[in-house]
Amino acid sequence: MAGAYVYKFLTAKSGKGTLDTPSLALNIIRKKFYSLIYFDNAATTKPCDEAVKAAANALTAAFGNPSSRHRVGMDAEILLRQARDRLAMSLGCAEDEIFFTSGATESNNTAILSACENKIKRLPRVVTTTVEHPSVKACFDKLEKLGAEVVRVAPDENGDITDKMIFDAVNDRTCLVSCMLVNNETGYVLPTAKAFAMIKRKYPDCITHCDAVQGFMKLPFKAKTLFADLISVSGHKIHGAKGVGVLFIKKGTKIAPFMLGGGQEKGFRSGTENLPAIAAMGEAVKLLTPTIDSRLQYVTELREYLVEKLSEIDGIEINSKPSALPYVTSIAMPNFKSETLLNYLSDRGICVSSGSACSKGKKSTVLQEFRISAEKTDSTLRVSFCAENTKAEIDELCKTLKRASGELCTIKRK
Amino acid sequence: MKEIILAKFGEIVLKGLNKNNFEDALLRNVKRRLKRLGKFDYWKAQSTLYIKPLDDGIDVDEAVDRVKKVFGIAKVARAISVPKEWNEITAAVSAYLDEALACANTFKVKAKRADKKFPMSSPEICTELGGYILDNYPHLSVDVHNPDVVVNVEIRENAFIHAGSEDAAGGIPVGTSGRAMLLLSGGIDSPVAGYMMAKRGVSVSAIHFESPPYTSERARLKVEKLASIMAEYCGAINFHCVPFTEIQEVLREQAPEELFTILMRRLMMEVAQRICDKEDISALVTGESLGQVASQTMGAMVCTDNACRMPVFRPLIGMDKSEIVAISRKINTFETSIEPYEDCCTVFTPKHPKTRPVLQDVIDAQNSFDYEPLIQKCVEETKVYTITAF
Repeated sequence: MAGAYVYKFLTAKSGKGTLDTPSLALNIIRKKFYSLIYFDNAATTKPCDEAVKAAANALTAAFGNPSSRHRVGMDAEILLRQARDRLAMSLGCAEDEIFFTSGATESNNTAILSACENKIKRLPRVVTTTVEHPSVKACFDKLEKLGAEVVRVAPDENGDITDKMIFDAVNDRTCLVSCMLVNNETGYVLPTAKAFAMIKRKYPDCITHCDAVQGFMKLPFKAKTLFADLISVSGHKIHGAKGVGVLFIKKGTKIAPFMLGGGQEKGFRSGTENLPAIAAMGEAVKLLTPTIDSRLQYVTELREYLVEKLSEIDGIEINSKPSALPYVTSIAMPNFKSETLLNYLSDRGICVSSGSACSKGKKSTVLQEFRISAEKTDSTLRVSFCAENTKAEIDELCKTLKRASGELCTIKRK
Repeated sequence: MKEIILAKFGEIVLKGLNKNNFEDALLRNVKRRLKRLGKFDYWKAQSTLYIKPLDDGIDVDEAVDRVKKVFGIAKVARAISVPKEWNEITAAVSAYLDEALACANTFKVKAKRADKKFPMSSPEICTELGGYILDNYPHLSVDVHNPDVVVNVEIRENAFIHAGSEDAAGGIPVGTSGRAMLLLSGGIDSPVAGYMMAKRGVSVSAIHFESPPYTSERARLKVEKLASIMAEYCGAINFHCVPFTEIQEVLREQAPEELFTILMRRLMMEVAQRICDKEDISALVTGESLGQVASQTMGAMVCTDNACRMPVFRPLIGMDKSEIVAISRKINTFETSIEPYEDCCTVFTPKHPKTRPVLQDVIDAQNSFDYEPLIQKCVEETKVYTITAF
């Protein structure tokens, strides 16, 4: 599974002809083939072979409904249990603390909205940061509309959030504190574990939630070392499949169910389990858990190499701090717009993203929160690695960026 | 009980000896829009186009929606047709309008007797049928000013019964006013401009300038989608996609910054006109609205038009943004228009563009560099394809 694999590109037909569905002009297959360099692993990752096999197995041999009592249902249930055990092991928790959801967005929504549902009248304060993923941010915006007192901790003038800042925002009337582990746009590692430890010691009743999507399988952490009552992770960011996520709920944490129905997931999350994706996630976790440290070491080398190579190109600045998680590197070429660079790289088979893939064209407020100037946020590219990327690919990226800075017209006049 | 669609002609009823041309064009356009829904029978009588579904499975709701978007039709009604017998008419009223009458509080009857051989006069039909309805739906009362339901009876070669007509697109049939080339950027205004010209019978082709890698493939897909929405009104659109990157890059290097946009627009017009010449198209259409942005001031338009040999129609010239947005919502292009992709007009926009450019300066700036080879290349490399509605 080297980073480069063959990928079919599509183009519209040239010359006169009829396209019945123009926005699907892509029906006509381009005859060009590119080797693809994929540096957008923070958006999604390529499923590993083991995950693909597991998903295929769950779609064919074990296609049953895990709730069915017969043989085929039994086979499916075994797969479900295996996946649950693997997730439990990776988070260092009991298997009955793992709840499968449709993805990290659902995990975050459930965690935040349901945890507050019954408590918000008694404990009206909730705490979060200003650099959260939209699926967390939107939930707090909703809580604010419902009358909660929302405290959003913003980075200081150096773009840092300290454990003390989060701790200070919490008081004895706080019902929930939610803080991500790793920022998705810059790779900034938040002091979540330390802050949660302090909070839990002083306010044991305050629920702690961690959106660990970008840190899961990349940083060594367990539910206990994070001091979190609720943890959200996602399947497709760790070489699993899309459409599955996990919400860890620490035993004893009272959360109202978010989806009602047939009583799956112990009545907490009804709806027939998405077994193919769950099985794939289980396999991916099994494969990745033993290699967290070695991969981190390798990717650190990649990051150092990238920074070194980029320093040879004029006008490139690194937005990410040296202390950031090396998997995600935010860079800026202030003379060019992100979209232009993105198109230029994409035409040459290199996939990166501007800001985060979720926002597709919208301006990122998170980068501004990290005190990155407006001029740079318009010119930002996010390069996110996985362990399959190579130094040769980084060479290609830097070569192409260098060529871009020569070929493309700048925004600013010379 | 089969429903039939009555499409009432709009202003083409006022036409003189060439009325047939308009009616034929209208019929062609309606047929083209309904072709994919199934087989229909069409006939014209007394400024009305009758459309009768021939298959049972035809989605009449969809057919009505489509007919409503064909220019040249002022009103559309769905009716049922019965023989001109009094018993048949009353039976049809209580069967076809049962639900509407049961839910209403007040009603009125409107009659139109085109066939003067029918024994009752229009007022007689109204009284008799009103009496019949009052007998059968005792909870109703008559209100001739603000009725909840209007029961329409039209006596023609058959009796048609319907509960009122809905407004349709209006205008005159596409294809009766010549051909024009719309400069389609992907914003809110240009699709509306194309719609307005098509409403006056113009058959619209579109030209889109793209500048990869400054603009993305998604931006082009967005414009194609806009064209396909427009095609519901305008008919199939010949879509021209011009690779414009090189000209923009050269302008960026050569031209004075504050004149960038005006020079770019002049060159766009030049490319568009050459394509028009090739395809025998006689005018250009843009979505400009006076004073909206720096390139849409009167001074800027004078400079742009100086590069034009053919008329440039600007149907939005006197409209406010809010009025344009209202139309774009009506024709359903708004949601697509606001998708956030860079388009050729927003790449390299100067910080301080000239709002009152001097024509001679602009001409001098354009003459300081030989754009001819670039323009020719643009025209040659233009991709053309037809975009139809879904």
